[in-house]
Amino acid sequence: MTSDTHVLPNAAPAVAWKRRTRLQRFAQVLTPLLARPGFALALLVVLFALVAAVVPHWLTSFDPYATSPAAKLTGPGAAHWFGTDELGRDLYTRVVYGASLSVQAALLAVGIALAGGLGLGVLAGFAGGRIDALIMRVVDVLLALPGLLLALAIVTAIGFGTVPVAIAVGVGIIPGFARTTRAEVLRVKTLPYVEAARLGGASWRRTLLRHILPNAWGPVAVLATLDFGAAILATAGLSFLGFGAAPPAAEWGTLIANGRHFLITAPWVSLLPGLFVVAVVFSLNHLARTFEENPR
Amino acid sequence: MSEHPLIAVRDLSVSYQAGGHVTQAVKCLSFSLAQGETVAIVGESGSGKSTLANALLGLLPGNAQVESGQLWVEGVDVARASEKQNRRLRGRTIGLVPQDPMVSLNPTLRVGQQIGEALVLAHGRRYRSLDADVLALLAQVGLDNPALRARQYPHELSGGMRQRVLIAIALAGNPRLIIADEPTSALDVTVQRKILDHLQRLVAERGISLLIITHDLGVATDRADRLLVMKQGELVEQGPPRQVVEAPQHPYTRALLDAAPAFNCHRRARVLAPGAQPILSLEGVGKTFELPKVKGQDNRFVALHDLNLQVHPGQTLAIVGESGSGKSTALRIALGLEAPSQGRILFDQVDVTGYGWRAFRPLRRRMQLVQQNPFAALDPRFTVFDSIVEPLVSFGVHQGPALEQAARELIARVHLPVSYLDRLPRELSGGQRQRVAIARALALQPELLLLDEPVSALDVSVQAQILALLDELQCELGIAYVLVSHDLAVVASMADHVLVLRQGQVVEQGTVDAVFARPTSEYTRELIAAIPGNKAAA
Amino acid sequence: MNRYLIGRIGQALLVLWGAYTITYFILYLLPGDTLAIMLSASGMEADGLSPEDLAKARAYYGLDKGLFEQYFDLLWRALHGDLGQSLSLNRPVTALLAERLPQTLSLAGLAIVLSLLGGIGLAYLTAYLQWRPLKVALSRLPSLGFSVPVFWMGLLLIQVFAFGLGWFPATGSQGFVSLVLPAVTLAIPSAAVYAQVLLRGFQGVWHEPYITTAFAKGLSRAQVQARHALRNAALPILTLVGLQVGNTVSGAVLVETIFSRNGVGRLAQEAVLRQDIPVVLAIVAVSAAAFVLVNLIVDLLYPYLDPRITHATKVT
Repeated sequence: MTSDTHVLPNAAPAVAWKRRTRLQRFAQVLTPLLARPGFALALLVVLFALVAAVVPHWLTSFDPYATSPAAKLTGPGAAHWFGTDELGRDLYTRVVYGASLSVQAALLAVGIALAGGLGLGVLAGFAGGRIDALIMRVVDVLLALPGLLLALAIVTAIGFGTVPVAIAVGVGIIPGFARTTRAEVLRVKTLPYVEAARLGGASWRRTLLRHILPNAWGPVAVLATLDFGAAILATAGLSFLGFGAAPPAAEWGTLIANGRHFLITAPWVSLLPGLFVVAVVFSLNHLARTFEENPR
Repeated sequence: MSEHPLIAVRDLSVSYQAGGHVTQAVKCLSFSLAQGETVAIVGESGSGKSTLANALLGLLPGNAQVESGQLWVEGVDVARASEKQNRRLRGRTIGLVPQDPMVSLNPTLRVGQQIGEALVLAHGRRYRSLDADVLALLAQVGLDNPALRARQYPHELSGGMRQRVLIAIALAGNPRLIIADEPTSALDVTVQRKILDHLQRLVAERGISLLIITHDLGVATDRADRLLVMKQGELVEQGPPRQVVEAPQHPYTRALLDAAPAFNCHRRARVLAPGAQPILSLEGVGKTFELPKVKGQDNRFVALHDLNLQVHPGQTLAIVGESGSGKSTALRIALGLEAPSQGRILFDQVDVTGYGWRAFRPLRRRMQLVQQNPFAALDPRFTVFDSIVEPLVSFGVHQGPALEQAARELIARVHLPVSYLDRLPRELSGGQRQRVAIARALALQPELLLLDEPVSALDVSVQAQILALLDELQCELGIAYVLVSHDLAVVASMADHVLVLRQGQVVEQGTVDAVFARPTSEYTRELIAAIPGNKAAA
Repeated sequence: MNRYLIGRIGQALLVLWGAYTITYFILYLLPGDTLAIMLSASGMEADGLSPEDLAKARAYYGLDKGLFEQYFDLLWRALHGDLGQSLSLNRPVTALLAERLPQTLSLAGLAIVLSLLGGIGLAYLTAYLQWRPLKVALSRLPSLGFSVPVFWMGLLLIQVFAFGLGWFPATGSQGFVSLVLPAVTLAIPSAAVYAQVLLRGFQGVWHEPYITTAFAKGLSRAQVQARHALRNAALPILTLVGLQVGNTVSGAVLVETIFSRNGVGRLAQEAVLRQDIPVVLAIVAVSAAAFVLVNLIVDLLYPYLDPRITHATKVT
């Protein structure tokens, strides 16, 4: 492609060539992705979970706490899509309402991890030298504490419940974010265009905000999506062990733990909520992978 | 010479399919190669020469398809043969010397093992004198201490040594043809020359045919018996080098010859203004790097030693050197990115040595840099407009409409259409990106422009365009240039003064005419002699 | 090399110390009233005690000392092998751990072996296949593998293999047969990670120029994959094994609970339920030690796999 030596006249108004905004460019990238069935399906599942988290009553008419001893342990059918549990509560409703607690917990966890991990990672990558070494040692220490055990320690100390579980999981995810952010910042920091910006007189603040962070964002966003799924699994695990919200609250982990006792006679009580969790997390992973393969 | 050519290509067409588009890489190509002949295929990127090489080996990627034609190699139509048949040809009939020696060897296997593998394949199984043969091959390709080299890993060898190992691997199977893919790109000029000479000698001794794939017309004319010029998949010209250079038939060949600096010295008649003060001068500059202490090794690395140079307004100083010569260090010191260990730097007669970042900042408006790699020099998220005006924004020079006006002027200056201001770097070609980088460098209206290998990553014809642009800008704006390059041909066409660096020391300095016509140092003579194309152009 | 070794060991000890300290602070500092927790763990109510009894209890638990003094005391004793007394079980923690550790180690050991075999095998097979539909399906499998909650997978496996087919017992810690299902359950997430990373590795390595060189010698696809691609693609796996220790320990807690095995994992769950602080602290410390040790070994093994990495100081 050789350049055109003909210069266009300035007849068009000044803003004529600034037509495409960032939003339009984003839409341009998103549309072909939606055409893919896998991506569209995954997006739908995730949206369903998010809607269930915020406005569960839109998706079901049952009351998650309403017991109905007569209808206990019925299998999946037309009236009860997921069947009922040992107290006759509609399982589908419990799963939908459980989304609220579980997704909120996961969001809180990822929020904590992002705040802590991003901050540490950017600081370490940008500052370098001693500060970098110190921060990385701290991250190493956090890594040495297995996620669940760290969460167990935190839960032992501050008590059971959804929020402590979320905090515990969040702290456990920080090392991953810190490392990824640091690696990206280090990579971008040495690229020629950053040097060019500095040579053009840009301050460190401008370089960081306009060049380094926007270009380092990609892998971090992918990790955030993946870790959202991991946070869901981790919070479910903790509530499965009995450290989550107290009954009759319907967290996903608690639901699965509950159904353990009826595994032989009524396996759907445990297995169907679990299947739902798998679907949500798998969809999140699929979204993350798609973003990774199609960088903007 | 046998009647049957070793290779006979007839009406070959190859296409690629990527993301719904079908691109024709090779169109109706026909040529033949006889035993013992050396043929060079010359073309720029997109000419289809690499596709042809891959097709000969039967190593076309999955999304490539041979649409029509035949590719006869020793009685086998490679285009239609099974993988098993093709595999028998590889190594034993056709050997490959790949392009970039730095990445073409398995980093986790010893060199001896990798050569041994090729020998085993040629013999069909392991045999007793395998180790001895490996050592013999290593000696033949010119490596010192073969016993040591065989035990080493690739990262312990230099680029030139790795290239020799790759030649050994290609020779291991006793092939009848060796394909050398861009054998000159990744190495220093003097190293290239030695290795290519050696390769040609080996090939001549054994009567092997050589097929050189290159973008460098000079290399092709120097070394081939016959030249094939390809453009966008088509064969446009064929013939012995002398004929092609002196009487090119096709306009594309003529354009290539025009653009290649070795063949067409557009040496400008530049009048040297008398008595003007140098805008930049380095006096006695030295740079030593401290290394971590290792027993038995000097822990200091001298990158530069006693460097003196001067750049006068409106003129071009070229710094020439191979890798490790210290030319990049010199540039970084001039830009204030590194502090020299000794000596001083004077910008417009003001001593700026040891200036901190803050103190240096105002000077940034007068001194700018154009970087080597146009593909990494622009922020991929910035539009062309954002990139070009960023220096203006950083210094707060213009705002709003004035900014847009400045952008318009700058992009016009580098001969790109105004509509490009809205584009992203990934929508531009290498040459266009380099123009944008130049426009950005001009934004603050500097008096001095430092150019670090500005055209080495570009195609030959695009190189010529960029160099012409730089020339024009210098004439119009009176900017001084410091041009760092390893390519002497580029230097000859652009520079007024030349400085030759070798391992941190200045070996030659003077006006272009003086240095090229009457080089005083042996190294400079070697460099000039190593310019490909000199033989045919002479 | 020796200086590097000493340096790394020092670093490892530092990390271990840091982990212990953080856990200590979480357990002893975060709670509102540590004494109340410890009392309830021992089965007593704080309200039902007189002030003198409270003071005696405080002294007994060592909570009457200053914060740092208490910390150093605990640390000192831990270094000498005394990890304190379990509040709920009234036994030395060290004895408890010694009892339960073999179970967990055998579980984790088998799980690691299975995960490596499964993960690497799956990735190798997927990379080798040329038939696109199967290849694509198999490459999605790892992603499914780490989307599945470990505990749910365990329940599913119990349902199918224990209750359904009756091949393996559903619970218990006796014999090798009871080890199979738990080990498989524990292995799946790690196997998924190894498979994913190795698959990515193969994809990346396949485009490297040295693969072309290998093909040009005349090697077949299988030979290239085995001799040239695998060694280079598998380099990150060693580091991963070190990092996965943490996940394995976490998973062990869940798996042992589901399969009712008498290991350290279930001990941890019981301890948290009863807020038995000394036990929790000890378990976390031991697993941190395991993590640090395994990563140290991995670090020292690395140069044998990747010759570009040397532990001597480099000269550029």
